[in-house]
Amino acid sequence: MRAAVRIAIKDLKRSIRDRSAIALTVVAPLALAFILSSVLGNADESSFSVDYAVADLDGGHIARTFVDETLGGMEEEGFADISEVDSAERAERMIDDDDIGAAFVIPEGFSDAVEGGRATEILVLKSPDARISAEIARSIARGFANELNAVSLSIATVMSGTDGEPPPEDLQQAAQSTTPPARVAEDVAGSREFDTKTFFAAGMAVFFLFFTAQFGAVSLLTERKEGTLARLLAAPLSTRSIIGGKALYGYVLGAGSMAILIIASTLLMDASWGDPAGVALLVAVGVFAAMGIQSVVTTLAKTDEQASGYGSIVGVTLGLLGGTFFPLSQAPGLLQNLSYATPHAWLMRGFGDLSGGAGTIADTLPSLGALLAIGVVTAGAALLRSRNLVVR
Amino acid sequence: MDSEATNGRVLECSGLRKSYGDLSAVDDVGFYIELGECYGLLGPNGAGKTTTISMVCGLLKRDAGEVTVAGKPLDISSTDAKGAIGYVPQEVAIYPDLTARENLSFFGRLYGMGGKDLASRTDEVLEVTGLADRASDRTDKYSGGMKRRLNIGIALLHRPRLLVLDEPTVGVDPQSRNAILASVEHLSEEGMAVLYTTHYMEEAERLCDRVGIIDEGQIRAEGTRRELVALLGQKDNVTLTGTGDLTAAVRAIEALDEVERATTRENEIHLIVAGASSRLPDILASAASAGASITGVDVVEPDLEAVFLRLTGKALRD
Repeated sequence: MRAAVRIAIKDLKRSIRDRSAIALTVVAPLALAFILSSVLGNADESSFSVDYAVADLDGGHIARTFVDETLGGMEEEGFADISEVDSAERAERMIDDDDIGAAFVIPEGFSDAVEGGRATEILVLKSPDARISAEIARSIARGFANELNAVSLSIATVMSGTDGEPPPEDLQQAAQSTTPPARVAEDVAGSREFDTKTFFAAGMAVFFLFFTAQFGAVSLLTERKEGTLARLLAAPLSTRSIIGGKALYGYVLGAGSMAILIIASTLLMDASWGDPAGVALLVAVGVFAAMGIQSVVTTLAKTDEQASGYGSIVGVTLGLLGGTFFPLSQAPGLLQNLSYATPHAWLMRGFGDLSGGAGTIADTLPSLGALLAIGVVTAGAALLRSRNLVVR
Repeated sequence: MDSEATNGRVLECSGLRKSYGDLSAVDDVGFYIELGECYGLLGPNGAGKTTTISMVCGLLKRDAGEVTVAGKPLDISSTDAKGAIGYVPQEVAIYPDLTARENLSFFGRLYGMGGKDLASRTDEVLEVTGLADRASDRTDKYSGGMKRRLNIGIALLHRPRLLVLDEPTVGVDPQSRNAILASVEHLSEEGMAVLYTTHYMEEAERLCDRVGIIDEGQIRAEGTRRELVALLGQKDNVTLTGTGDLTAAVRAIEALDEVERATTRENEIHLIVAGASSRLPDILASAASAGASITGVDVVEPDLEAVFLRLTGKALRD
């Protein structure tokens, strides 16, 4: 055991001095996660926000419904920052000053006009420099108008089917049976839902873990090439110590690089990984599974270059299939099912369960079980073949 | 009491066999090395030298045979016997991104060394190998000769009973080669048992107390240089340079006792003679009486190269 630890420490020292190893284990995944979340992060609901103003010149209950329910709901969900102003001129000035992307002006008499079935409008003031915000504002206003029209139509239908004044309860039922005015709301996030930053941080950490996890097994072949494996074999230690040292080195390197990525992405990218104990457990089992798979692959190679090539092919293929670059929910059904043959998918699912602080270790049990099973099977196979890798 | 204590043998091996499919790399090889003795395995590339010492050092699974080092049986998993061996691989086997001191320290710890003993022994080895002033430099900054010295230094660090060197001078410049040979001589004189493989006849002659001539996986002959040369009947090669009637001189010399063969080519007469140094006056007198004027004499005693040629029918460098 002591010899294994010494071999592992020696290899870790060599890795720390090897800039390319640091680049692959820490710098590349962190940089890619940052770039991908920056480029694709705008699609994330939680990170998208617009600034609007609303001038309610009417003050009636329908106008207040728009301001308080529709716009207020958006603000509550964090999609919009709404400023209520007292005039259309004030809203225009805010647009000119680039303080907001668009403004809604509800004219005086709006609520009465709607109730009276007369034509009226919500004016949308748009900034030419914020087209997306302006388009969204127009859609919100149009959606609200459509809902109002639907309510009016239902009531009109009720009235046309009765003689004289309809009973008040019929009117109320007609109004309630229509869809309430459109309200933009975030789809409630269930388990396995990441925010964009955490998704890419986890995706890149898992993707690159499968490259790091190969280091231990490949270093055996490198030692053979450098001639130092013969020295290790000539020394008074068992082959178990040599293999154990390599496994320990690979494990510490994999777990260490994951830990650095998790901490760095939390601090630098505001990624939200969730329960630390659950994350640590997933990392522990995930590294084991990754090492098992890559060790089996390494035992099929004759040289360290060949092993690295095989490992890269396996890492990239399983990484893409396992949903480290895109959420599996966006993949076709067949691909989603196939993905669970990869440890990547289970690891991502586990991290997704914990992400945002909503999940607990209990939620990750399926992932932990699957990863453990993958690790036990593949590491066992690798162990059986590894003696041939060392002694011939 | 272990067997080393009773017979003074640091290494004993017998019946070593190793095959790769139908190819027999080593076939029934056995020899022993005593304390302070340098034993050479002399043979051309592919003769089975490296396979033999790989089995002796426990690097390679043997198909058959026994190895005992310092009285302890050795196999791949035995640690006691391996601790008595210092192994110098043919190629430089050091970690290029570690310093010389870190390399020595790592391997020293694998041999159970530690603390002050490891520190002082590391300093000693760095001093002996001439690397003390570069001890903290990464070894990928070293010259080829420095790497070679460290390669040997690592094997000496734990004070082994048996030093095994696998063709340590291949690809080495003459200066470094001479330094390596001097080191091995010194270690042997200090009482270390040495197993030295080479395909350079002159190295085996210079260093080795006994030599095993190995070819096609088998030891063809074994003994001291004198014993091996005796296999040729102790005949010397003599070359006479001169003028006059060399053909008549050849006829006259051939008639002498102990002269096995005499031939002439251009201005030289080539002889194979038993005990040339004692027969030379008669040879020169016969040549003179036959009308030849001899201006130069060159006597070459049989060497291991000739022995190898006689035993295997091929040259060492074939």
